[in-house]
Amino acid sequence: MVTLTAPEATARALDGPTVVDLAGAPVRDLNQALHQAADGQSWTITNPGGKHSLAVGINSDVSVTIEGHAGYYAAGMHQKGTVKITGNAGVGLAENIMSGTVHVEGDASQSAAATGHGGLVVIDGNAGARCGISMKGVDIVVGGNIGHMSAFMAQAGRLVVCGDAGDALGDSIYEARIYVKGSVASLGADCIEKPLKAEHLAELADLLAAAGRTDNPADFKRYGSARNLYHFHVDNSTAY
Amino acid sequence: MTITSIPVPAQAPAAAPANIAELGLRESATFDRATIADIQRAAATGVYDIRGWGAKRKVPHFDDLLFLGASMSRYPLEGYREKCDTDVVLGDRYASRPLHLATPVTIAGMSFGALSANAKEALGRGASEVGTSTTTGDGGMTPEERGQSKHLVYQYLPSRYGMNPDDLRKADAIEIVLGQGAKPGGGGMLLGQKITERVAGMRTLPVGIDQRSASRHPDWTGPDDLEIKIGELREITDWKTPIYVKIGASRPYYDTALAVKSGADVVVLDGMQGGTAATQQVFIENVGIPTLAAIPQAVQALQELGMHRKVQLIVSGGIRTGADVAKAMALGADAVAIGTAALIALGDNDPRYAAEYSALGSAAGFYDDFQDGRDPAGITTQDPELSSRLDPVAAGRRLANYLRVLTMEAQTIARACGKSHLHNLEPEDLVALTIEASAMARVPLAGTSWIPGVRGSF
Ligand SMILES: Cc1cc2nc3c(=O)[nH]c(=O)nc-3n(C[C@H](O)[C@H](O)[C@H](O)COP(=O)(O)O)c2cc1C
Repeated sequence: MVTLTAPEATARALDGPTVVDLAGAPVRDLNQALHQAADGQSWTITNPGGKHSLAVGINSDVSVTIEGHAGYYAAGMHQKGTVKITGNAGVGLAENIMSGTVHVEGDASQSAAATGHGGLVVIDGNAGARCGISMKGVDIVVGGNIGHMSAFMAQAGRLVVCGDAGDALGDSIYEARIYVKGSVASLGADCIEKPLKAEHLAELADLLAAAGRTDNPADFKRYGSARNLYHFHVDNSTAY
Repeated sequence: MTITSIPVPAQAPAAAPANIAELGLRESATFDRATIADIQRAAATGVYDIRGWGAKRKVPHFDDLLFLGASMSRYPLEGYREKCDTDVVLGDRYASRPLHLATPVTIAGMSFGALSANAKEALGRGASEVGTSTTTGDGGMTPEERGQSKHLVYQYLPSRYGMNPDDLRKADAIEIVLGQGAKPGGGGMLLGQKITERVAGMRTLPVGIDQRSASRHPDWTGPDDLEIKIGELREITDWKTPIYVKIGASRPYYDTALAVKSGADVVVLDGMQGGTAATQQVFIENVGIPTLAAIPQAVQALQELGMHRKVQLIVSGGIRTGADVAKAMALGADAVAIGTAALIALGDNDPRYAAEYSALGSAAGFYDDFQDGRDPAGITTQDPELSSRLDPVAAGRRLANYLRVLTMEAQTIARACGKSHLHNLEPEDLVALTIEASAMARVPLAGTSWIPGVRGSF
């Protein structure tokens, strides 16, 4: 595969998705073409082979399907449209996502949706450690379990876990909200369980629906910040 | 040194008796007055001291080096008549749009938040006037800053406050920050007084909290990951934008080599004297190595990899004069960056605010409470009344003046050494005044051919 120019892509979009076979095409050509893609186009990527930085920096309303496994930073800094990965995703899936949707049908490695500012990240399987680390407004729905130190320093947004959470959940959390259906191995510094009120049940129902899930919101527990570490204080020295 | 939620009693600096010597009083070298005050402050508050500025202790520095001018065996260039170029290209290893700056003196990363919007605008104005770059900081890119800066470097920090792909694409270069000379291994800090609504909004934080930023990046650890991360940023920006890696000087030989291996276009090396907006004093004074000791290690790594001048080296931490610029470049830097000196040029620590510094328990020339947000000069503050004191146009002009002086001073020295470009300065042009500086800078002790640890003996 030599170059994937936008006009060619448009022409093909009329009768189905543009197919890019990464067994032959370099990732560079794929991303360049996606950056020039027009709203409404569909793209299918075959033989991704766990390559890194697939479909990063997308800024048009396209629909991209990666058929197989993706490496690090798949759909990194995603801004518009949808990216679906039918396999597993590596470290930093949809890191710093701004808006749009990224959906992984398999598992995701560490730091999924790290620092995400908006949009929706759905992981049907499990997510590794540091899921939602430093999240800044993104919504994350994980069908399975999440690893330790998830939602570390989480600033804003919502993290929904339909399975169990690992150690130190929500350590040093700010204003993000966490919902976990299963067990929590341990809570991190300044993260506490909070009452699940009607407004929370409603937003949880919306998030589960957006992720295409049928779990019952009433089965979840809510966690968030005790807001005790917001200011430096002598008595908190052991928590710093 | 004020800590939120702990009232620190305002202490008028005790005037030392005029006749200390006659009274036979002897100050302890170990427990000097500043140390005693530190202990008293710690005992009163129970919290460590946080302050701005860089290391205040004396360490071997550029002052300990001298240039050998031209003489019999080397011809000097005529001042004003024969050309001595100063331009520098940064980032041409991989980026299709490298920066081309008119002077090698750049403005270091200082965040909006730490600095007022007027101060950021002034930095942009001053730098653009002389054709050099400015750098964002921990807190994102403001439209004012982008608007005023012809060449803008966008920092990619562990906190990722305000990070977004639109600004990434607007940047002229991206600087991945691993560390800062004032605090290698430490994250950012911004105390509640400065987390105003605008600053909080840009960082997605509650207004008025004491922000403690992460010290590690959230989605990569180590050089192998960094290589993949750099690859991602290049893909997002279509390989147009230069990518710098900034390190605080601790193990610069290895860090430089690993940054090169990870695919950096430019390495930014910040020595321990480098300024900060807010860090624990114990960190500032005790972690990291002096700029002078760091440069030769980084240059050695670049040379061994055959990448010296291909991956450019920007050095910062205690650059004040054109002589410092020339010395850093003679040791192998391609460019330098200034933080503290740029703030002083804007108006920081100006004696005209003497009365107000005194009211804050400080003095012009000593003021380092950048974390407090009460800067009388309107630079390290978010207070609208204080910020409005800084006229960005006039302050920008002062900075441009200062940058021109630095450049002309460096040219003066380069011409005296017979160099037609600042980049032609070399270690051979230098000697050291002290054994320590000689060993660190790897240039001979003046009057000898001795470089401790490298060659020769008395
Ligand atoms: C007020 C202030 C704010 C700073 N903010 C940042 C920052 O956000 N990110 C960063 O990498 N370095 C920051 N620094 C460090 C500078 O980028 C630079 O490394 C240092 O100031 C250079 O040393 P010098 O001050 O001796 O010139 C800051 C420094 C100061 C004085």
